[in-house]
Amino acid sequence: MLPMRLAWRQLRHEPARLLAALSGVLFACLLIFMQLGFMDALFDSAVKPQAGMRADLYLMHRQTEALWRTQPFPRARLMQALGVEGVDRVVPLYVGNAAWKNPVTSLKRTLLVFGAAPESGLLDYEGLDDAGREAIRRADVVLFDERSKPEFGPIPALLAEGPLFVELANRRVEVAGLFRIGATFGSEGNALTSETNFLRLFPNRTFGHVDVGAIFLLPGVDAAAVKARIAPLLAEDVMLMTRQELVDFELRYWAEAAPIGFIFGMGVVIGLVVGCVIVYQILFSDIARHIGEYATLKAMGYSNGYLARVVLGASLILAVAGYVPGWLASKALYILATEKIFIPLTLDLEKSILVFCLVFGMCVISGLLAIRKLRDANPADMF
Amino acid sequence: MSRAIDAEGLTHRFGDGETAKPVLLDLTLSVEAGEIVLLTGPSGSGKTTLLTLVGGLRAVQDGRCTVLGTELAGATEAERVALRRRIGFIFQHHNLLGFLSARQNVAMALEVDPSLSEQERLDRADLALDAVGLSDKREAYPSTLSGGQRQRVAIARALVHEPGIVLADEPTAALDGRTGGEAMRLLRRLAKDRGRTILLVTHDPRILDIADRVVAMEDGRIVETARA
Repeated sequence: MLPMRLAWRQLRHEPARLLAALSGVLFACLLIFMQLGFMDALFDSAVKPQAGMRADLYLMHRQTEALWRTQPFPRARLMQALGVEGVDRVVPLYVGNAAWKNPVTSLKRTLLVFGAAPESGLLDYEGLDDAGREAIRRADVVLFDERSKPEFGPIPALLAEGPLFVELANRRVEVAGLFRIGATFGSEGNALTSETNFLRLFPNRTFGHVDVGAIFLLPGVDAAAVKARIAPLLAEDVMLMTRQELVDFELRYWAEAAPIGFIFGMGVVIGLVVGCVIVYQILFSDIARHIGEYATLKAMGYSNGYLARVVLGASLILAVAGYVPGWLASKALYILATEKIFIPLTLDLEKSILVFCLVFGMCVISGLLAIRKLRDANPADMF
Repeated sequence: MSRAIDAEGLTHRFGDGETAKPVLLDLTLSVEAGEIVLLTGPSGSGKTTLLTLVGGLRAVQDGRCTVLGTELAGATEAERVALRRRIGFIFQHHNLLGFLSARQNVAMALEVDPSLSEQERLDRADLALDAVGLSDKREAYPSTLSGGQRQRVAIARALVHEPGIVLADEPTAALDGRTGGEAMRLLRRLAKDRGRTILLVTHDPRILDIADRVVAMEDGRIVETARA
């Protein structure tokens, strides 16, 4: 406790330097929090479309890497599953990228279009109601994801004024309602319609080739058991997944195939290194500037270990005192990011603890490096 | 009377091999408990090296040196650290910790002793500051004190933990003659009241009067001893 108090008295004596050190820790905190926040948001949002799918098993082409870049497979593969014991029904899902023309600015932007039979109950997104499902049965009617990026136009506001027609995939379609998924890293916006309408929007796609095959099982049937029964029947060109496996598959794509997970990981490391360098510089120069005082303490009978605890104490004070404002600033930026770029960032306990541990470790390492400078404090030089 | 310092055949060299330069040569010196000894001599005569050896700040190379009953020849770093806690040091410059108040600086000499409570430490620091006439400067930081006041805080710090020996190196070098003389007479009075031993290195002829004995050194040897 006494070394800690000595460290605090030393830090407190020069408020300007203390502030510089704290802003270094704060900056590192902020950088790490933002990187982790974006990384989490990436992974959360990447599987939002899957999270709203209600089937038990899913078929996809082996060449499909992620939902936004699917490779269609023959619908017949899906029908093969129908005969298997435990299977209730199958639903084909079509997915494609199409240009949406902003009705206000006339600028085109690509969004992801989902096509599935409205009565199938496969897609169950927030805000998707029976009126919407009924509406997309009509020709050239779509529903729009109101959490899409604002570049697609103020669709909810326009919709409130009356019937709204927009240009989607060079086709005039009516927007009859809204639902909510949100922008993902794979798509900036989403639209939803029936399979018939989907094929109208994508004339080069055929009814016979689907992107995702959804398999509903009878109530109380074990999905893994049915999967094991279906798998041997299928050709090599498709893969069969449970819902969790579908989610994990999408996550793995973003974590590995796309370098995004790596990039954010790098960001965290850079934040730590920058923070480490700043804290080390402050601690090191504090020792260098007070080398005579440290040597005096050694002459007075203070051991190396005691003085090392003083330096470590200083680094721990910096860690804690820099983390608190760092957390608050990150919280503010998280709210800003959620509101301004529509990527929901969540500052949960798990992340808070993780970042605290990282920053704490960073300060301890800086402290341990700076302690080596204590050897230069030679009490024999004091005379 | 027991001996506070007993050095015999002390030889010390700086550097290695051929270039090694001896600064102490077969030096023998003993100081009785309660005695005030001044060490004088030209620079380079080895006074300061002798002080660092006696203070346990340097490892003894050749010879024997017993300080407060601890044999320093072959002593470990931990033994030397333990001895240093029983010694009061006064440096050429005050060497106070700039970020601590006068009272906290004095209390630092007591913080190495875990058996004391915070209140005891502060009370003893206050008494030590009273004794050097700085009762009204307890909360002052070194930067706001005059040179003489700083050296008096340093004296309080060197005495507060009731050391067996006080070692001082040119304690008046940074002070003007009158202030230096006053500080040293204060040191002598406080030491004599409690029977403390002092070994003090100085060039300053004006403070020779505080000594019980003046020892002159030259080329690493003691050349003359004068009883005051």
